[in-house]
Amino acid sequence: MLYSEKVMDHFLHPRNVGKMENPDAVGEVGNAKCGDIMRMYLKVDNGVITDVKFITFGCGSAIATSSIATEMIKGKKIDEALELSNQAVVEALGGLPSHKIHCSVLAEEAVKAAVKDYYERNNISYNKAKYCSNDCPCVHEFDNKPQN
Amino acid sequence: MIYLDNAGTTKVSSSVKKAMLPYLDEIYGNASSLHNAGQIAKEHLEKARDDVAKCLNALKDEIFFTSGGTESDNWAIESACKIGEIQNKKHIITSAFEHHAILNKLKEKEKQGFKVTYLPVYENGIVKASDLENAITENTCLITIMMANNEIGTIQPIKELATISQKHNIIFHTDAVQAVGHIPVDVKDLGINMLSVSGHKFHGPKGVGVLYCKKGTPLFPLINGGAQEKNKRAGTENIMGAVGLSVALKNAVEEMEKVNSKEQKLRDKLFYSLSKIPHSKINGDKKNRLANNFNMSFEGIEGESLLLLLNEKGICASSGSACTSGSLDPSHVLLSIGLIHEVAHGSLRITLSKYNTLKEINYVIKTVPEIVSYLREISPVWDELEKGERKHAI
Repeated sequence: MLYSEKVMDHFLHPRNVGKMENPDAVGEVGNAKCGDIMRMYLKVDNGVITDVKFITFGCGSAIATSSIATEMIKGKKIDEALELSNQAVVEALGGLPSHKIHCSVLAEEAVKAAVKDYYERNNISYNKAKYCSNDCPCVHEFDNKPQN
Repeated sequence: MIYLDNAGTTKVSSSVKKAMLPYLDEIYGNASSLHNAGQIAKEHLEKARDDVAKCLNALKDEIFFTSGGTESDNWAIESACKIGEIQNKKHIITSAFEHHAILNKLKEKEKQGFKVTYLPVYENGIVKASDLENAITENTCLITIMMANNEIGTIQPIKELATISQKHNIIFHTDAVQAVGHIPVDVKDLGINMLSVSGHKFHGPKGVGVLYCKKGTPLFPLINGGAQEKNKRAGTENIMGAVGLSVALKNAVEEMEKVNSKEQKLRDKLFYSLSKIPHSKINGDKKNRLANNFNMSFEGIEGESLLLLLNEKGICASSGSACTSGSLDPSHVLLSIGLIHEVAHGSLRITLSKYNTLKEINYVIKTVPEIVSYLREISPVWDELEKGERKHAI
């Protein structure tokens, strides 16, 4: 099979899927032209992420990485969510095919974009250099490379 | 399991399987051997060749067995290019939506100094004869245009195109892998020089194909070695495969009318019912296409997740999305007929066979809209389309 059991589980039974009413932050990354877009919604209370939702246009692994990323940041402090790496997403899913690594990068970037939106809405300063431009080449350069 | 990916490959029919089995342990001789075991095997091989020739209205000597459609395509191009090199004519004309067996071979030829013109196929997915006429130069050594497209099933005006080719005395090859066994193919009437066939597209075995090469058209070997196939294609003959292909082709030609009419009814039912899904589009000409080919795009969703969810429901289908093509871009076929990337990503190809039933199709008609609406529900693209933040393309 193309995907691990864990990926299929998150694809077939995505956690925290759906839109959110009145979110405290929203991040959207990807490009429909490339075939993947992720949108992540956050509810934040006292600097802690109390709820996360996502909607994703994309392949099986795009949906699975979004799903597991929401689980991985729920209950975390907003600053801690920024620490979520694409490698951690890949590991949590029990691996991804090499040409699908970009989906894990998108999941990391979707979380970052949502956190960035939170910072901006609340006038909190942040390091802009940490965010990728979300264009296709930027994300796809992670594909087919050996992962540490 | 409901198998709806028959342009990908087909099930070997029981009569073909039965015809092939004796070649494992009863008629196993090498057709090049002088002894009885070899000569009997040779008779069977030549009978298969004769049967294939009759199905295509070719001469027996014009039929060469190969390892499949890809080899036949590569061989035709290599041979025609060799003649082109001798005559210092290094221009090839093809269409924009050929199979990769043609396109990637031609890419290699471009690196070797050949110029290639890719004819447009327009929204309906059909090459225009006037475009071919205009593309021909005094250096054109080969025209290669597929008979029916593998993704959208559109049928090309091969007779008309070959007539133009003949007028200019240029070799005309057609990749007929999707056409042979599905629509009538008469090589003499079409006036073509070369044609590629693959056994597993009409309930024959994988690993065997045919190159038809008209008598009088020079043919240089692609594979060198022994003297098999009249010194044109070396390698011990795959008699089991050749017999399987010949029996499958004979069956397909005999049953063609009946099977096509059944497939078309089911296919048209799919088109009619699934077109009711809002913001969907039929890809390719609705009439001038193979009877078993269905291809539609659904806006706001991505093809791989559609396929995976269909698979969970026991339905095997195909898509032209980037994820399923293994590259960053969606299918070159869908882009060539003018689809934007977003719409090409959301395509679904269903290709039927004689084994599919109305019950199966009714199940698909019930299942596809449910999956499309679920995927739209969780799609930010669909959300933007619905809110008017993004413009509907279809």
